[in-house]
Amino acid sequence: MSSTKRRDDRRAAWWFLVPVLAGFAVFYGYPAIRGAWYSVTDYTMLGTPAFVGADNYDKLVHDSQFWRSLLVTVWYVVLNIGSQTVLALLVAALMHRLTRSVVLRATLLLPWLVPNVTVGLLWMWLLDTNLGFVNHLLTTLGIGPVGFLTDAALAMPSIAAINTWAYAGYTALLLYAGMLQIPQYLYEGASIDGAGEWRMFRSITLPLLRPVLALVLVVSLIGSFQIFDTIAVTTQGDPAGATRVLYYFIYQQAFSYFQMGYASAAAVFLALILGVLTAVQMRLLRASTSDLA
Amino acid sequence: MIRRTRAAAVLLSLAVLTGCSATADSGDKDNVTLDYWLWDDNQKASYQACADAFTAANPGIRIQITQSAWDQYWQNLTTQLASGDAPDVWTNQGSYYPQFVTSGQILDIEPFVTADKVDLTQYQAGLADLFTKDGKRYGLPKDWDTMALVYNVDHLAKQGIKPADLADLTWNPSDGGTFEKLIAKATVDANGKNGLDPAFDKTKVKVYGYLPEWADGSQGQNGWGNLAASNGFTYLDKNPWGTQYKYDDPALAATIDWYKSLIAKGYSPALDKNSTLSRDTLMGAGKGAISFAGSWTINTYLGDDAKAAFAFAPVPAGPQGRKTAINGLSDAIWAGTEHKDAAWKWVKFLGSADCQNIVGGNGVVFPAIQGAGEKALAAHKAKNRDVQVFVDEAKAADGTFFLPITEHGNEISQTVQDAIQSAVLGQTDSATALKKANDQVNALFK
Repeated sequence: MSSTKRRDDRRAAWWFLVPVLAGFAVFYGYPAIRGAWYSVTDYTMLGTPAFVGADNYDKLVHDSQFWRSLLVTVWYVVLNIGSQTVLALLVAALMHRLTRSVVLRATLLLPWLVPNVTVGLLWMWLLDTNLGFVNHLLTTLGIGPVGFLTDAALAMPSIAAINTWAYAGYTALLLYAGMLQIPQYLYEGASIDGAGEWRMFRSITLPLLRPVLALVLVVSLIGSFQIFDTIAVTTQGDPAGATRVLYYFIYQQAFSYFQMGYASAAAVFLALILGVLTAVQMRLLRASTSDLA
Repeated sequence: MIRRTRAAAVLLSLAVLTGCSATADSGDKDNVTLDYWLWDDNQKASYQACADAFTAANPGIRIQITQSAWDQYWQNLTTQLASGDAPDVWTNQGSYYPQFVTSGQILDIEPFVTADKVDLTQYQAGLADLFTKDGKRYGLPKDWDTMALVYNVDHLAKQGIKPADLADLTWNPSDGGTFEKLIAKATVDANGKNGLDPAFDKTKVKVYGYLPEWADGSQGQNGWGNLAASNGFTYLDKNPWGTQYKYDDPALAATIDWYKSLIAKGYSPALDKNSTLSRDTLMGAGKGAISFAGSWTINTYLGDDAKAAFAFAPVPAGPQGRKTAINGLSDAIWAGTEHKDAAWKWVKFLGSADCQNIVGGNGVVFPAIQGAGEKALAAHKAKNRDVQVFVDEAKAADGTFFLPITEHGNEISQTVQDAIQSAVLGQTDSATALKKANDQVNALFK
């Protein structure tokens, strides 16, 4: 009796999934297959694409610009994930242990609600070397103007900081939700045993937060690899390619040079990287099991 | 690449207008709607006036104008061409149009031009030839632009510099000529000392004498290109449609080195301390005294919204004389249009004195037809704007050069711009960076 019931459920579940699957097939599946096909053609948007085998991939492997953009992207991901996760953890822990103010939680989300292009424009003006408010303050303090977005060494850290500003609040909220699932008695027990806040954070919060932390890391890693809008608005890959991330490279190949085939090959490459990274990360962090059980 | 203002990137608005062309397009020769695309929002009114005049003369043909901002314009156009539903006529520009020619998207209008005996000598010299290849013709010239120096009038007056001092500047890459002296004198530090004063503090510059443009592609239209040309640099073996670039020319490297010397002396902002904002914003904020400006920015600097009083002066004369980039736009007919004859009528009208006088009278750009150019000049004079220098430069014998028109334009643009930026940042020296970029560029044609 119970087994037939489960089968029925499954059939019903498929019906509920149909709208989503249809959308996925039309807007993700089909374009992905087409993109994979274009990556082995010389498609330029004009004229019919002709099959060129692995030519695009061969060119990609030997393209120093491509490798540089990959390196630049990894540098961004390290900076962004690092700062964003640490800041978010800190904020989440503070919210968890100190205050539960709804106003504060809502405020944290504000930067995340601002459209990315607006965020980019806002910070571009604030950080501008000659006219920006931040540099005005720095000059008043005698530190002199800093080329946040124009210095080759500073441009990427600045962009990572901008995106940290925009996303840390949202990430903190996800982590905070995870912390709420940790039973309160563990903290009570620990404090009776004389553990301090830092010790509780290390020995209770962090280990028990691992599944949520893993999910947040995977999601923000994928998001970070796809950094595009902030760069398109602020530096457009300058100075001298110091911020030309992989997505911007693909965008330029596709929509400035109209090398659709080549851009598709780079995009497939990026998808592969993300797939491998996600698999490795999920495995390393044993995301599907929890220590709470 | 900063060919026309692309600041208004948000102005996608008018796309709505394209939606309704299908109804009138029934193939009936007496009742045709042509789609016409352009990117410059400043010029839409002028061309709407042309379209109205055209429809009045040809009652069966309506013109539907669509304007979109520079970046979106080319992406939309390419997408539309790829999907086989492109505008009948569109505005064309040098760095983008070669790929449309190569892929057979533009109609050869030479047979029409011959049949209708269009007078090609009526245009500003050389413009008509830019849009030809192998005996085929891909457009008629509509306007042109040249470069000049733009300066902050009040700031220079305060430094004791008279407008006459800028009338005949000289320049060379070794000591910078009178141009560099002017720049030095116009540079002022926080203590009010100018760049010629021994007490000048280059770490505390308040107003830079010269604002360079480093996001200037492979052409340097807004700065280095003009000076390099006056130093004997030519971009490539033949223009248009050359296949061998010469960015490894020492005359170019010397020009870039001179720019670097300005930075070292504190007369120009270092690239890593440069602004990400546009030069006209900085000029308006009084952060720079002198810069290069194209004739398409006349209304930005002299218009009612300008933040300070500006004026124009001729570009400095280098070892090979005074050289300014001249560039022109054209109108192209889509090879796949169903209304070839109607489209030709419209293009012919756009290239005629009838339309270009209207455009000139609005005083936004200089039309390609010489008489219409005078109209633009008069329109500016009526508003008390002195823009004579752009016209004088265009007329000067051997005083202009055309920007390169070849395949791979955008890729070359990025490669050379990266090389120049890395040289200016001091990551490599100019000659090495340009040699490497030149090899990369020329490899594209193999």
